[in-house]
Formats: sequence, structure tokens, C-alpha cells
Amino acid sequence: MAQQGTYKQAFRRAFPYTMPVLMGYLFIGIAFGVMYQEKGYNVLWASLMSLLVYAGSGQYLAISFFVPGMQFLSMIFLTFMVNVRHIFYGLSLLTRFENMKKERWYMIFSLTDETYSLYFNTKVPPDVKEEPFLFAIAFLNHSYWIIGSIIGAVAGTLIPFNAKGIDFAMTALFLVIFVEQWLAVKSHFPALAGICAAFACLLIFGKERFILPSMICIMLLLLLFRKHLEENDRIIGSEQNKLEEEESGHAN
Amino acid sequence: MPISPIRSLLIILVVAITTFITRAIPFLLFPRGRKIPKVVQYLGKVLPPAVIGMLLIYCVKSVEINTHQNGLPELIAGAVVVLLHVWKRNNLLSIGAGTVLYMVLVQKVF
Repeated sequence: MAQQGTYKQAFRRAFPYTMPVLMGYLFIGIAFGVMYQEKGYNVLWASLMSLLVYAGSGQYLAISFFVPGMQFLSMIFLTFMVNVRHIFYGLSLLTRFENMKKERWYMIFSLTDETYSLYFNTKVPPDVKEEPFLFAIAFLNHSYWIIGSIIGAVAGTLIPFNAKGIDFAMTALFLVIFVEQWLAVKSHFPALAGICAAFACLLIFGKERFILPSMICIMLLLLLFRKHLEENDRIIGSEQNKLEEEESGHAN
Repeated sequence: MPISPIRSLLIILVVAITTFITRAIPFLLFPRGRKIPKVVQYLGKVLPPAVIGMLLIYCVKSVEINTHQNGLPELIAGAVVVLLHVWKRNNLLSIGAGTVLYMVLVQKVF
């Protein structure tokens, strides 16, 4: 509980939770490093991009921007569209980031899919404060991503690396988090709404344009069933806490 | 390098700033100290599982682009991840085994 060493303790506590992201980010970071290096950009470029941009699908897409004659306006538009789902993330974190000081903008900058998912899949251990704990998760994930890109950019020049299929690590991570959330809550409505709306929109709008319509559908569905879901809220909350306590005990 | 270093650097900055602003939009709309509307608080609470569901579909559409296998490797590896996880509840095991299996499927089997 002591103030001293708060961050050290937070990092030690956060590390086990970030291990799946460590694995996933190393994999897709390596894949990014390899692809970027094949385009003619060495390890310095790869690490700079991973340091400043820090977005999986965003950086994969951005590799295609490094060609003569590409308009900056279309880069902005394409980047925004591939990242548009991130707008949802902050909505769930407004109050949790409220009391943060210097770290707040870093926390917002580092809000990737995986980091966001971890914030909702982990309970803050009792011997650390929430802010340093969340910061530790964000910082560790960011460093895995940079390290992965560095390995990819370096290893890509040394050994022939068959990267095909490694991006499945991210799908597997979301599947695992989805299963965890599914087992933890009483009402499966939000989870099902997310899957079904996104799948329906994928069929209707195609894979390039389905995220924005999906977000709108999900929002409408959740608003439509607000009364029903708020009645369930008390049960959902207590069930989730109980399960997460068991998990944190397991992880230590 | 297909284009100049200065232009490359500019591209990185443009992508970085766009990504950051996208993530910052909710925090710019509801700055600290301003009261967050009840409906936004509610959405913040119920959105996470819905978003993870959406991300799953998002992932599946991205891997299908690379494989052209009608999603069979995704289906098999995904089922293994879910079953392993329900059985053992070990994140690393589920993700590791699923990913290795998927890589074997797309590289050697299909």
C-alpha cells in the first residue's frame, strides 16, 4: 500500500495479464517489421512507426501508403476508417481515466484493441492503485509491439521467415477474451448484438465498409434494450467481480 | 525505399496524428470535469462485450483476405481455441496452440 514503488509493484502485477498480448504483439509486430522491411524500410523506420502510430491494422494498411503520388488526404481518410472502432473505446473509459494526470494522454494514445480488452478482462489487484496498474498494462503492451517490429525488421533480413498465419494470434486473443466475458456475465445480449450486427453488416456492406454500419447498429440495439439491460446490471456486475477475483488468485 | 525519407517521415506523422485523434474523440467530446450524460455512461458500460464480438468478426474478415480457404482453417483453429479455453482457462495455452495449429493449417494442409 506504500506510495513508494507503486509503479514497480503495478508493473509486476500487470505483467501476467499482458502475457497473451506479449505473444500476439510479438507475432503481428514481427509480421509488420517483415512487410515494412520488404518495402525497403529498415529497423529504425519500423520502430519509429510502432513507437508513434501504435496500431496493428492501421500500420499494416499504412505500409501501402509509401508509394509515389499517394494523397495525404486519402491517407487520413483510410487511416480514420480502419481505426474508427477506437471511438467506442474511450466511451467506456471516460471515468476510469478521469483522475489521471500526466499519463492521461499517453493512456488515450495507447488505446489499442488488445489494451482496451485487457482493461475489461482484469481486476485491479488490491495491493496496487488502479491508475499505475492500467498504465503498466498500456506501457508493457506498447513495448511488446515495438520489440516485435524490431525483431521482424531485423530477422526479416537475416532468415527467411514464413509469417503466414501468425496474425491469427490476435483472433485467438479476442476469442479468449470473448469466452471469458461470456462465462462471466448473465446477459449475453451485448456480446450477441456485437457479433450478429457485425456479421450482418459484413454480409451487406462487404469487408471494406462494414465497421461503421456495425457500430451504428450495435449502438441502436444497445439503446433499444437499455431498460432490460439496466435491470440486469446489478447481477452482471457482481458475477463479474466474483469471477475476476478467482482469476487474479489463479494468475498469481 | 520507394519515396524520399522526408515524405516517409511525414506519412508516419500523418498516420500517427490521425490514429491518436480517432482514439481521443470521446475524451475531446466529454472533457474532464464535464458531466457525462447518463446514456453515454450506460453505453460505456455495455459496449465492451459488444465491441469484442465486433472485433472477432473484424479479425475473421482480415484473415480470410489472406487465405481464400472459405474460412475452414479459421473455423478449426477457432474451435480449438474456444474448447481449450473453456477446458483449461489458460490464456497462453489457448492462444499459443490455436495460432500454431492455424499456421500449420494454412501453410501445410490447405
